[in-house]
Amino acid sequence: MSPAGSRALILAAIRRNLGRGPLPADQAALLHARLGAHPRGPIPARSRLSRAGQLALFVRNVEKEYGTVIRVSDPTAVPAAVADYLAQQNLPSELVMAPHPELEALPWAERPLLHIRTGRAEASDVVSVQQAFAAVAETGTLMLPSAPERPTTLNLLAETAIVVLRASRVVGAYEDAWDLLRAERRDPVTPAPTGGFMPRNVMLVTGPSRSADIEQSLELGAHGPRRLHVVLIDDDEAASAA
Amino acid sequence: MLPTSPAFKKNATAALADVGLQRALERTKPHFQERRAAAVAALPEFEQLREAGRGIKNHTLANLDFYLETWADNVARAGGEVHWCATASDAREAVLRICRSAGARTVTKGKSMISEEIGINDFLEANGITPVETDLGEYIIQLGHEPPSHIIAPAFHLNREDWETRFRKAHKDLPADRVFRERRDLLTEARGELRQRFLAADVGITGANFLIAETGSSVIVTNEGNGDLTQTLPKVHIVLASIEKLVPTIEDASVLLRLLARSATGQDFSVYTTFSTGPRRPGDRDGPEQYHVVLLDNGRSGMLGGEFQDMLRCIRCAACMNHCPVYGAIGGHAYGWVYPGPMGAVLTPTLIGVDKAGNLPNASTFCGRCESVCPMKIPLPAMMRHWREREFERHLSPAFARRNLGLWAWFARRPGAYRLVSRAAAFTLGLLGRRSGRFRRLPLAQGWTRGRDLPAPEGETFFARYRHESRSRR
Repeated sequence: MSPAGSRALILAAIRRNLGRGPLPADQAALLHARLGAHPRGPIPARSRLSRAGQLALFVRNVEKEYGTVIRVSDPTAVPAAVADYLAQQNLPSELVMAPHPELEALPWAERPLLHIRTGRAEASDVVSVQQAFAAVAETGTLMLPSAPERPTTLNLLAETAIVVLRASRVVGAYEDAWDLLRAERRDPVTPAPTGGFMPRNVMLVTGPSRSADIEQSLELGAHGPRRLHVVLIDDDEAASAA
Repeated sequence: MLPTSPAFKKNATAALADVGLQRALERTKPHFQERRAAAVAALPEFEQLREAGRGIKNHTLANLDFYLETWADNVARAGGEVHWCATASDAREAVLRICRSAGARTVTKGKSMISEEIGINDFLEANGITPVETDLGEYIIQLGHEPPSHIIAPAFHLNREDWETRFRKAHKDLPADRVFRERRDLLTEARGELRQRFLAADVGITGANFLIAETGSSVIVTNEGNGDLTQTLPKVHIVLASIEKLVPTIEDASVLLRLLARSATGQDFSVYTTFSTGPRRPGDRDGPEQYHVVLLDNGRSGMLGGEFQDMLRCIRCAACMNHCPVYGAIGGHAYGWVYPGPMGAVLTPTLIGVDKAGNLPNASTFCGRCESVCPMKIPLPAMMRHWREREFERHLSPAFARRNLGLWAWFARRPGAYRLVSRAAAFTLGLLGRRSGRFRRLPLAQGWTRGRDLPAPEGETFFARYRHESRSRR
């Protein structure tokens, strides 16, 4: 059966079994309105905290999921934090970094021993540095939407994934992070009304890669990174004041 | 995959005698239950989310035509292509067409139950294309040429020795005298082998946990990252999805995602939850150049508006089988087709026919645990009962069972006769079994006594005892 024929066939079967024809215009308008309003379901109360509380919850949840977090007071402290982490873990000082303006603006030159390439990750890369768009305290989850300045391969290919995150971008629930994306991103390919903000790919990442397929026993480092290290920049005055 | 569901009883007997399988079941069963219970206990809103999740799916199913068309329009707008497929064979052809036009020789695959349902691996192989499963559990069962035994833990039935044997046989390029000291060594070897496959593949095929109408996105949930490598590295990404995966918005998906991992593995959230919308955008440095969704009906539209519609809410978390005493005793292969456990017992007869799969809805104690843990509150026991009725109506159940059910029905409709006969039976059996309190063998009850003793009645029927006790209480 041709795809077009199948489309008509499937839609007709759905309507027949639901005992109706195509939706009348007024009902379709209601559904369009629901899509436009995209109402939230129940949001767990666990992340309804002060800013400082949300940050602490985020850190706790990343660590619970076998990730690590280092908090730095200032963006200029990031290169040192990265270099120190690599030294502690006995990792090489070569890394591939996202071509993100915020990362590129950091004083990497102060750490001349770090060899940095910017761009997408390749199979031979051992360490990657990515810039998070936002993060969710509810489960310690990083939001990484794809973009020319945030290649997806940086989330996946290296054994050690380092993610730089500003504290002001940590929100309570997933819906709060999606609201940021809805508000801040305009997609050139998929214009409004619906879906006008989605990039090609949005990864929500919670801890390093793992598998429990061998005897249902958890092992870290399946196909993605073995280590996930978050460098959290305390740029949120509301959070640090509390 | 040719169903062996008609041979369910034989399969089950063999499974009970399979020492390796029983060891695997014994070891892993409690983990799933304890982890789910802990995750649910830690989220006070879980019940509220279940209610909301059920509402979202019911709303979507009632308007499925609208949401499918909206979703398909948005996929097209993002530069993707939807291939509508009424049957499994349409879907196989669509996948092959895409692979051929990409000149594909090898295809990597993320975990997808639809891929099992349509039997895509055998089909691709027969057409000269090599499919490589990349989920660790799917990879090991592909090496053993067997189907998955569980919908989220496909290698549930295997022990460590099985992994080692299969790896030694498959990875001939590695030193034969290498030692696997711990599970990690197996994982590291698989990672190395599959990394090469990820890089070499021309096409990546994944499933979809959800399709989002609002944005035209597909969502996959994995812990390994294999699904993401599968859909990021090759030139072409094919999503295999069935029509009931639709949800209206990202917010709706978020409700279901909060239920999914907790119900499945007891995690609060899976490691990778990934939303894909169309192919690589201008300026992107990675990602596929083509994005296709092969959208499968395969009988699902026929479940709408009938007694099996609720089954279309299923989000494939596997909580029902993880809590099922029947699955826990025999594992997944005995069910004889793609979907095992209680959800399989309801879904399989729809997809391959009750004449072939009629045994499955009968393999239930009706204890109701599946329904009580189902995040989508699917009335699984009630639907198994519907299948039993249909099987009976279509005269598919064995003559012996039909005769005895007829006999029982005759007595059940005549309370006087029922009481008389049950009183006589209780008295006689009570007398005969007075000494040991049980029977090791009993005529007409071999089906029971072959596996265990039958407790002897105490000489009185329930009715009689009830009468005595209420009289003495007065």
